Amino acid sequence: MKLQFVFALLAATAALIVTPVTYAADITGAGATFPYPIYAKWADAYKKQTGVRMNYQSIGSGGGIKQIKAKTVDFWASDKPLTREELEVNGLTQFPTVLGGVVPVVNIDGVKQGQIRLTGAVLADIFLGKIKRWNDPAIADLNAGIDLPASNITVVHRADGSGTTFLFTDYLSKVSPEWKDKVGADASVAWPVGTGGKGNEGVANFVKQIKNSIGYVEAAYVKQSKMNYVQLQNHDGLYVIPAEDGFKAAAANTQWDKAPGFYEILTNKPGQNSWPITGATFILMHKSQVNPTQALAVLKFFEWAYANGDEMALELDYIPLPDSVVKLIEDSWGANIKGKDGKAILSVKH
Amino acid sequence: MTFGLFWLSWILFTLFEKGLGGISMAIFTQMTPAPGSTGGLLNAITGSLAMVILATLIGTPIGIMAGTYLAEYGQRSWLAPITRFINDILLSAPSIVIGLFVYTVYVAKMGHFSGWAGALALSLIVIPVVVRTTEDMLRLIPDSLREAAAALGAPQWKIVTLVTWRASKVGIMTGVLLAIARISGETAPLLFTSLNNQFWNADMNQPMANLPVVIFQFAMSPYENWQELAWTGALLITLSVLGLNIAARFFLRKQVSLN
Amino acid sequence: MSKIHFAAKLKRQLLFDWIFHKVTWFFTFVVFALLAALIGSLIIGSMPAIKAFGFDFLFSADWNPVTEKFGALVPIVGTLITSIIALSIGIPVSFGIALFLTELSPPWLRRPLGTAIELLAGIPSIIYGMWGLFVFAPLFAQYVQPWLQNTLGQIPGISFLFEGSFMGIGMLTAGIILAIMVIPFIAAVMRDVFEIVPPMLKESAYAFGATTWEVIWYVVLPYTKIGVVGAIMLGLGRALGETMAVTFVIGNAHQLHASLFMPGNSIASALANEFTEADGELYTSALIELGLILFFITFVVLAFSKILLVQLKKREGTVT
Repeated sequence: MKLQFVFALLAATAALIVTPVTYAADITGAGATFPYPIYAKWADAYKKQTGVRMNYQSIGSGGGIKQIKAKTVDFWASDKPLTREELEVNGLTQFPTVLGGVVPVVNIDGVKQGQIRLTGAVLADIFLGKIKRWNDPAIADLNAGIDLPASNITVVHRADGSGTTFLFTDYLSKVSPEWKDKVGADASVAWPVGTGGKGNEGVANFVKQIKNSIGYVEAAYVKQSKMNYVQLQNHDGLYVIPAEDGFKAAAANTQWDKAPGFYEILTNKPGQNSWPITGATFILMHKSQVNPTQALAVLKFFEWAYANGDEMALELDYIPLPDSVVKLIEDSWGANIKGKDGKAILSVKH
Repeated sequence: MTFGLFWLSWILFTLFEKGLGGISMAIFTQMTPAPGSTGGLLNAITGSLAMVILATLIGTPIGIMAGTYLAEYGQRSWLAPITRFINDILLSAPSIVIGLFVYTVYVAKMGHFSGWAGALALSLIVIPVVVRTTEDMLRLIPDSLREAAAALGAPQWKIVTLVTWRASKVGIMTGVLLAIARISGETAPLLFTSLNNQFWNADMNQPMANLPVVIFQFAMSPYENWQELAWTGALLITLSVLGLNIAARFFLRKQVSLN
Repeated sequence: MSKIHFAAKLKRQLLFDWIFHKVTWFFTFVVFALLAALIGSLIIGSMPAIKAFGFDFLFSADWNPVTEKFGALVPIVGTLITSIIALSIGIPVSFGIALFLTELSPPWLRRPLGTAIELLAGIPSIIYGMWGLFVFAPLFAQYVQPWLQNTLGQIPGISFLFEGSFMGIGMLTAGIILAIMVIPFIAAVMRDVFEIVPPMLKESAYAFGATTWEVIWYVVLPYTKIGVVGAIMLGLGRALGETMAVTFVIGNAHQLHASLFMPGNSIASALANEFTEADGELYTSALIELGLILFFITFVVLAFSKILLVQLKKREGTVT
């Protein structure tokens, strides 16, 4: 009986393995977690239109250079752009795809949605552990008329390394010299205080469960799980709420054409409406392609996504890039990504 | 006792509460969807099945044979104590380390993620569990049984296969089942080996979808339809481990009564 | 004729014996080689960190990816504490469950209960984590933690263990979740082990008028102690290496706190959290060294349990 059972299992497995290989995944990409949902959405729609299958999986931004060197994937995605030197050394090129924002969220008794106002410097001092209570004068001065409790602040941060943390700490480094000095900006840092949650989901839950806490999550989470966000003072000194316009304004006030290799981190950008913690997510590819057909398929996919994907991006609370930036990106492909023969893989005509 | 059951029913209740609503035909007939659209888990279910079955087929024989050696021949060999020791250490190996190992020796060499790599990584988790339980179970068989068989003139290989294996098969099966239960929910070793796949794929040489990674990715997303699918997937894994358990016990019992 | 025939048969059997022996040896060697290669690759991977930090790595509580200064003290302490909590809850409970299933429960209850326990083992670990975070932690913070602080927290000497605010997450929560996870592993193996005890042994003890408890303590346990220790090791193995479930509830802070209510970190969860995003060579290497340390901890625990077994055997010799 046992033998029969084993044979049945064997047969089932054999059937699975032998099934004709008609659909191999056409493009494989991997990397950052932040753009995973939108790439999945685009891939789904793209397959319906063209039959080409783009399989993107979020396994983390880290080690991206290693992966793409090992050529286990056709492209790599990262929330943290590489500097020009890093790109040069590794023979890579990069381009942004969509924008998103990071939003500080709070859970304070008696404080309503979007009511509390913070400046970058105060936010940094809270995460440094220097401001310990909600009724600290530094916070109270910004929030006249709000009855702030005298309770201790619980700081919640990401436990896992993430692009979200990179943007958040990059912003804090720009607005607080002390933060830059003591902590710095990276995908994971040595937090002076606080508790770590796993993923956006983890942080969101800690903030919801722990009274008088503050954390930061991706903009999409604020909307989907109806969290209590804060108003932040931006570069122009105005208080803004995290909304689509704010992210767009930050992107519009960035001079992409002056950023070689699209090395741009959209934190603390000027502009009246600009949300101060905005960021783009990037695609990394080899400049010189051994396998031009694969590279062409990748570029075609993103060309399609830039042209047709804006609606889908907005649906999932991502912000599409302005058309002018897309044009710059597509031009960069022609100049940067080439086959062995030195010819451009794809030249997009505008 | 009640303590254990209390947790069990509590966790199961949560699972059913959140997962049952999502169970429908679509789960078994459609691919994993993009956020906001409907879909199922077909590709993930088949991918997981293929990798778990393969991993069990690779890992179990190796594990049982090695466990047998340790228990029956291990007394006078240099290999036995050292293998036993390393094996015990690896019981606690964080699974991500195993994924990383398979990544360096297989994925990076082959140049692409694949279902085979995933199955290999899982089988590396199966082996220590099976080795350990097999050896423990065989050692508990009273020597008098072996001696009785030997006195009847049975050669040792027959003693092992016909007497000790048979006497301890329920225990060995438990070990195998525990191993399967453990790998069917493993995320970390698959992330770097089989990756995952949004689409249907039956080619073991390509990135392959699997339930744990899908559950992980979907559960961590802000989109409701993905979160719901994650709970449903979790319920499915739990139920299939249960089903497997019952099936295995049923077959074993039948065999016992036939003898 | 028959003599020659018999000799040929014997020869064949001996050949089979030899083959069987060699085949099992070969498989053992395969296991040994694979596992040794795994450990070897870890050692190679952690060389840069070992070179950079040396022994300080073990005693430093620093963990700063920006300046690339790493130390393993916090995760080591966290791993040990959570595993100790898990085992000190898990072992008695699983022992009770296994005993109940083999000795005390009415026969009709045994199978469904046994299956139920095995079912707990089949729940993916991420589910334990999500359940712990969404369902267990809020209730724990609201009811259990204040109660603990008011009772155990009042006892001088251990009160520092229960200080701090009630967040529902932290070392204690992680330990409890781990306990729930290792119970089915330990209980399932213990039950099988107990069942193997020849009924004759137990019956003869009962015949002498021994109580159930005495039979268990003096007959079942001594007979099965290797298996019981094996079961505990299996559970400990899972507790030490468990990743997803711990990550969700431990709080993941690279800080040392005396209180069990405060967040900490464990080796496995630090690996899982940070490995995928680690970009510096030294960073990756420090994480791999953490994995190596976990192996070392297991090694020490194992050696300890072996010594314990030997001691047990010795004591047995003097008693009888």
